[in-house]
Amino acid sequence: MSWPEFWIVVLRVVATFALLLLVTLINVWAERKILADMQNRLGPRRAGPWGILQTVADGLKLFFKEAVIPRRVEIGMYLLAPFLAVVPAFLIFMVVPWGRPFTIGGNEVALQGADLNIGLLFILAMSSLAVYAVVLAGWSSGSKYPLLGGVRATAQAISYEAAMGLAMVAVVMFSATQGDGGTLSLSEIVERQAGTWGDIIPALEPVLRFVPRWNLFPQIVAFVIFFTAIVAETNRAPFDLVEAEQEIVGFHTEYSGMRFAMFFLAEYVNIFSMSAIAATLFLGGWNGPTFEGSVPAIVSGILPTVWFLAKTYLLVFLFIWVRATLPRLRYDQLMQLGWKRLIPGALAWLVLSTAVISFRQFGPPWSS
Amino acid sequence: MGILSELIKGLRVTGGIMIRTIAGNELVTTEYPKEMRVKPQRFHGRHVLNRYPDGMEKCIGCELCAGACPAQCIYVRGEDNDPDNPKSPGERFGYVYEINMLRCIFCGLCVEACPTEAITMTHLFEFSTTNREDAIYTKETLLMDRRGSVPHMFPDDELVDLDELDSADGWVRATAPSGVAAYQGIEMWQGTPGPGDWSPEPTQEERDRLSRDRTSDG
Repeated sequence: MSWPEFWIVVLRVVATFALLLLVTLINVWAERKILADMQNRLGPRRAGPWGILQTVADGLKLFFKEAVIPRRVEIGMYLLAPFLAVVPAFLIFMVVPWGRPFTIGGNEVALQGADLNIGLLFILAMSSLAVYAVVLAGWSSGSKYPLLGGVRATAQAISYEAAMGLAMVAVVMFSATQGDGGTLSLSEIVERQAGTWGDIIPALEPVLRFVPRWNLFPQIVAFVIFFTAIVAETNRAPFDLVEAEQEIVGFHTEYSGMRFAMFFLAEYVNIFSMSAIAATLFLGGWNGPTFEGSVPAIVSGILPTVWFLAKTYLLVFLFIWVRATLPRLRYDQLMQLGWKRLIPGALAWLVLSTAVISFRQFGPPWSS
Repeated sequence: MGILSELIKGLRVTGGIMIRTIAGNELVTTEYPKEMRVKPQRFHGRHVLNRYPDGMEKCIGCELCAGACPAQCIYVRGEDNDPDNPKSPGERFGYVYEINMLRCIFCGLCVEACPTEAITMTHLFEFSTTNREDAIYTKETLLMDRRGSVPHMFPDDELVDLDELDSADGWVRATAPSGVAAYQGIEMWQGTPGPGDWSPEPTQEERDRLSRDRTSDG
């Protein structure tokens, strides 16, 4: 690897990391502000204009607070758990392309932490690792309520990860028909969603000319299942049994100061990166009109990132909207929704979608 | 698809409220220390000890408030007025007056019990302290100053309905201090100004003359 290549890799990773921290600052504020609007309140507005520096203020406060270590904790795991939460949260986003690749001095720079050819598997692995943080934090606290939170996390993660994976499989299989063979690389999946459906189905061209070629339209059921599953994966309302404030306070009851802040950070990073993955898989990632030629090159270079952020924030807003609307599920309802609705639904959709794909590719089974 | 339609119904409610809030609908909350709600007229806030408009204290040290208090948080000791320099119209005045605000249940029975409307409740409610002793309000804290105010956090606030204070106490007009014979015929305090012009309380001589006239006429 030559030096320019090395620096490009460093630049990609640092830029992705910085983007993630920046959007997290905004997300925490945005969530509080939107929730306030939905509840007819004011929300934060003291720190900075419209209270936009509220997260900075909160972060500084937590940074300077004493991080208490209770006497009966399992000290090793207790200290490790916050890092186990933060690291996978950041790693998940590293494989998501957040802009169109551009060229500096003959070297191509992809706006993506790392373009893994097993991107989706990496995401599944990392989102499973994040559960360890919750379970270990709950267990190592040596206190009953965090333990309950940790146990709930285990059951919830197992139930919903299956549905999430199955929804992903349907998308990957569909995506395989859209290009040259199957792929798990996210940048490849994004590129296969460029253009409109009108280019693919010429018969309906006048109508479909304005419909972007997103996986959302043929895979709408998979999207609904996937979105429900990622809300549960990130332990957000209405699936926030892991940290149900009113009943068990949650797996991080015994954490304070910066260690608590890391769990908090991980939660918000997860919301953003999961929304980004959903936008990449179903909403065409950074694809969108760039008006090349009619606007300056710098604008059409930045526009894909803008489209990506707009799509992701649409889903983040949906996260917040759902949180403001739905009450928390009871534990048995959570399990029922996961095992009796989502997983059978995802399986049925997978079979149906496979049947359609193979029918289109090979014709009816009795033909050959 | 029952779940989905119910979900959309719920989302419409929250979304609608958000749009209305952004469009400038009235909020249910206010920025409290900056912007204060108007309290209900009969709000039971902290107590004050009132004065007559001429500056005399209304409290006569009768201890009826202390007797009425179900929380037993009021401590009053009365003392005889100095005839040359009376603190209140009448024989006695409240020499010690203390209310333990940590015990007070803000029932308002002291206000009901007071025969001179000396103790009333205001709209003030911010009395956090860093010291338990500061929660025992003494006469310095409770007694109205000449401007009709007591020491408190927000000096610009109107404490009580001043119009009501000015007019309602016409019925409490005590006689000359102590009833000492040497002060016969000397006006010791002004009558309460109500609507119209109020003349001072007639002295004993005038009153005797009036009653004599009435009997001779009859």
